[in-house]
Amino acid sequence: MHTLKYVCWSVLLWVGSATMATSQTADATEKEIERYRAMISDPMANPAFLNVDRGEALWVLARGSKNVSLQTCDLGEGPGKVEGAYAKLPHYFKDADKVLDLEQRLLWCMEKVQGLDIKDVIKRRFSGPGVVSDMEDLVAYVAQKSSGEKFSVSLSHPKEQEAYAVGEAMFFRRSAVMDFSCATCHSEDGKRIRLQGLPNLSKSGNAAQDTMGSWPTYRVSQSQMRTMQHRLWDCYRQMRMPAPDYASDGLTALTLYLTKNADGGNILVPSIKR
Amino acid sequence: MNGTFKLLLASVALCAAVSPGGLWAESGGVAPGVVDAYVKGTWKTPAEGWQARIDQDETQRICSLSRNQPSKADFAAILAREKASVVMPADGNVLGKWEDGEKVAQIGTGGQFSDSATGPRGGNCYACHQMARRELSYGTLGPSLEDYGKIRKFAAAEATATYTKIYNAQSILPCSNMPRFGHNKFLSEQQIKDVTAYLFDPASPVNK
Ligand code: HEC
Ligand code: HEC
Repeated sequence: MHTLKYVCWSVLLWVGSATMATSQTADATEKEIERYRAMISDPMANPAFLNVDRGEALWVLARGSKNVSLQTCDLGEGPGKVEGAYAKLPHYFKDADKVLDLEQRLLWCMEKVQGLDIKDVIKRRFSGPGVVSDMEDLVAYVAQKSSGEKFSVSLSHPKEQEAYAVGEAMFFRRSAVMDFSCATCHSEDGKRIRLQGLPNLSKSGNAAQDTMGSWPTYRVSQSQMRTMQHRLWDCYRQMRMPAPDYASDGLTALTLYLTKNADGGNILVPSIKR
Repeated sequence: MNGTFKLLLASVALCAAVSPGGLWAESGGVAPGVVDAYVKGTWKTPAEGWQARIDQDETQRICSLSRNQPSKADFAAILAREKASVVMPADGNVLGKWEDGEKVAQIGTGGQFSDSATGPRGGNCYACHQMARRELSYGTLGPSLEDYGKIRKFAAAEATATYTKIYNAQSILPCSNMPRFGHNKFLSEQQIKDVTAYLFDPASPVNK
């Protein structure tokens, strides 16, 4: 059924993006975005649910040198328990002795539980024309199992405290040829770049909650489902920084900082955005 | 109080005294060295020539640690350092062609890892500033620059000050959020002249 819906969606989006390309005013674009937002209220009409389906199939697929599925992977709630796990990530994992976000944890399980060669998985981390991403699919599946729940990340372990403090410092860290930090664009209410609204992510509250609670998301402008790793990669691109390493501890630290600021926020994913 | 504890107290006090302006505390209590290690791990093998994008200069470092609120002493130090590094046009003329300056203000590409090295490069002023009235797609991170030259009576000294501002915003306001376009060699001297003319030419749409 999802496949059929996906076809409908592709046609709709194609018509939609053609409309967007020719619309002369920002107003018309805003209306289009509103139309897409309205559509997300019907989760089954969101193309990212195709990723959810594929992610579920991957979750139960036996592979790797050990030829087992991810069903014994412990995302923090106990082996194989997916429900509610995303709402508490990133957090400290004793077996890895590290704070991990969802993507790092999935890679960890692929290596340790399945004995899978993750080089190829990392190479396909971001989907594109002709490239399907296992990571995007798995994130869509796992995160969706926390949809309707609220973020509640822990800062009780010293390594969680360290990651949070580092994430905060990285948020305010200025560098590169534009002297930008995340705070340049995300530390005041009601600001925008061109016509693009900028959420204030430097404090707890609605802006951080609405933002973090809507990732992973289907990006209409990219025709792909994207995860927080991709969003941070894109923001560092705008900052004129080199591409950050996928699933690195710095990105997890930033994600922990952002997610803590979103504490108590509703998770409604996968969402759909511009 | 035993001796060891006193020694501990004394060394804490010493550390507090030598950490400039209490910047450590302002960085959320995590030692800068720890942050550096994470940063290193986030960009393990940058492409050739890109490491300089990751490393901070002294001004970036102080502005980051103080969250753009430098102490009085740091404020003065940044001002002096950034002022000293401004290079004015050799011919003394700060005004180029406003028509070319409009492109500098509009173009938002250049310098991203997804951009080609030879592609168009601009200052993306409209990302942050309102400028010409007819351009409705402008951001609000910086103040409106509408009628900029007109308000300043097109005075030559004002135009020179504006060239300086665009060349190095922090030579006028330490820890400003505006990029140091000339200092960081992001825009060329000609591009800065052109965009200064965009603000100061009476014929420019900014002043219409
Ligand atoms: C030069 C400006 C700029 C900088 C610097 C910047 N961002 Fe962004 N950020 C944006 C823009 C613009 C968007 C919205 C893009 C869109 O919707 O297409 C955005 C979107 C986001 C979002 C998603 C918002 C949402 O509503 O879904 C997050 C999270 C985010 N940024 C975090 C960061 C972090 C963390 C950093 C630093 C590593 C950073 N940004 C640096 C401009 C910036
Ligand atoms: C990332 C945001 C950003 C960008 C991009 C940017 N500016 Fe700014 N600009 C600011 C901010 C913030 C201020 C106010 C603080 C200050 O004066 O430094 C400012 C101030 C100014 C001022 C001084 C205004 C006054 O009060 O007299 C001028 C002139 C100016 N900008 C011109 C430009 C030009 C020209 C460009 C493009 C080449 C540009 N700016 C790009 C953020 C930006």
